[in-house]
Amino acid sequence: MTVSTDPKHGVRVTASGLKKSFERVQVLKGIDLDIAAGEIFVIMGPSGSGKSVLLRQIIGLDTPDEGEIQIEGKPVRLGTIMNRIRLAIVFQSGALLNSLTVGENVGLYLSEHRLKTPPEIDRIVGEKLDLVGLRGIELRHPGELSGGERKRVAIARALAIDPQLILYDEPTSELDPIMAVTIAEEILKLKHRMGLTSIVVSHDRDLAFGVADRIAIMHAGSILCTGTPNEIRDSKDPIVQRFLTVELKREGERVL
Amino acid sequence: MFQSIGEILILLWCTLRTAPKIVHQRRKILEQLFEIGNASLLMACILSMFIGGVLALQSGPVLAERGLSTYIGGLVGLSVCKELAPVMMAIFIAGRIGSAMSAEIGSMRAYQEIDALRTMNIDPIQYLVLPRLVAISVALPLLVVFSILVGWFGGGLVSMSNQKIGVPFQAYFGHLRELVQVHDVANGIIKSFFFAVVIGIVSCHQGLQTIGGPRGIGRSVTKAVVNSIVLILILDYFLTRLLLYFNI
Repeated sequence: MTVSTDPKHGVRVTASGLKKSFERVQVLKGIDLDIAAGEIFVIMGPSGSGKSVLLRQIIGLDTPDEGEIQIEGKPVRLGTIMNRIRLAIVFQSGALLNSLTVGENVGLYLSEHRLKTPPEIDRIVGEKLDLVGLRGIELRHPGELSGGERKRVAIARALAIDPQLILYDEPTSELDPIMAVTIAEEILKLKHRMGLTSIVVSHDRDLAFGVADRIAIMHAGSILCTGTPNEIRDSKDPIVQRFLTVELKREGERVL
Repeated sequence: MFQSIGEILILLWCTLRTAPKIVHQRRKILEQLFEIGNASLLMACILSMFIGGVLALQSGPVLAERGLSTYIGGLVGLSVCKELAPVMMAIFIAGRIGSAMSAEIGSMRAYQEIDALRTMNIDPIQYLVLPRLVAISVALPLLVVFSILVGWFGGGLVSMSNQKIGVPFQAYFGHLRELVQVHDVANGIIKSFFFAVVIGIVSCHQGLQTIGGPRGIGRSVTKAVVNSIVLILILDYFLTRLLLYFNI
């Protein structure tokens, strides 16, 4: 896999000793991460292993009980991180605002912060929708789109922020295999074109091994191992092997 | 309960702090105003007409038996503008608009739209709560003025057409004009403004507190409507006492 050599646009993300509990259930049990600028880092693991909770901590939507996340060496705090770093998240559901049109959704960050004039915003919206292959649907509402289209609009909205860090929460869930491949290609294309840091949370093995520079396997709130796709494939850890085998079987059943 | 009241007051304070940015939200305020007016005007008209009518129907014959039928105009006029129009419209708007507000914000929370706003550094209070609070605070007093006029008209219609009352339109409005002063109408409008703030802030608070999916949204909507109505009735008593103290 070709790794971008232009990390100047991306940011470095580190986490040390992250712990988080919900009503006495410890969801994160001391997570340590070091994600390089410009890297595509995939966090894999079975449902309920704490992947999405970790993602929310990284972006500052939740605060950890213990430990710290740093982006470019500065701690992440809710409400302040967005003032320092342009980051975007593509939620599992897309999280498009249903009351707005597709164009308004994509241009929301620019229009709300008054960063561009309306004609400039229209031009940027067109460009970003073009990047995800959806130009011409600016006036449609999210409710009129398919699941895959909504996800791609969510990616376009994230790109309109011109992010240094982009996070994807289960980007291929509920998508057919062809659309899943399209999304994976989008993730790779963005990395190569813009050099941004990408963190992908997924339990889709094909996506993870197809796009990742490095993969972390999560299990029951801890990171079992981190490595390149080849290192993970060759891991001797029985839980990692069991997870990969089960995922492979599931994908086989899905194809059949 | 005290925790909820505290959270509501904090939300109100945070919303008021975003008020200087009200100009940025003017489009959304207008959309909300249209939403409230469009959804409520016809129903408000029907409701007010029958409130005025039933008040005349209940009290008219009693007054007529004692030879006081001409007082019906003043009685309906004062009751409608000082109490019935503001309270009934507030309850109606809590059910019609408050529920819609909490459902919309609740579903935005449940489906991560509010998280998406936060990640774009857009303050959900400024973006969602402020326009709704401003719109309802403008719309409810206007609806109350409309409701007062229609309520008076409804009372007059029943007073004229009911044989047991038999007060002509002119006599009805003549006595109404004699008894009802501008400050009486202002009394109803002031009350309705505070009721609007209660409905807006309670509904938005419940929406923002939504946990879970459709069931959580349903729970938030029920809580928003019930809490708004209870608070409106409690606040009505204290506002009435306060306004009486100031002779309004």
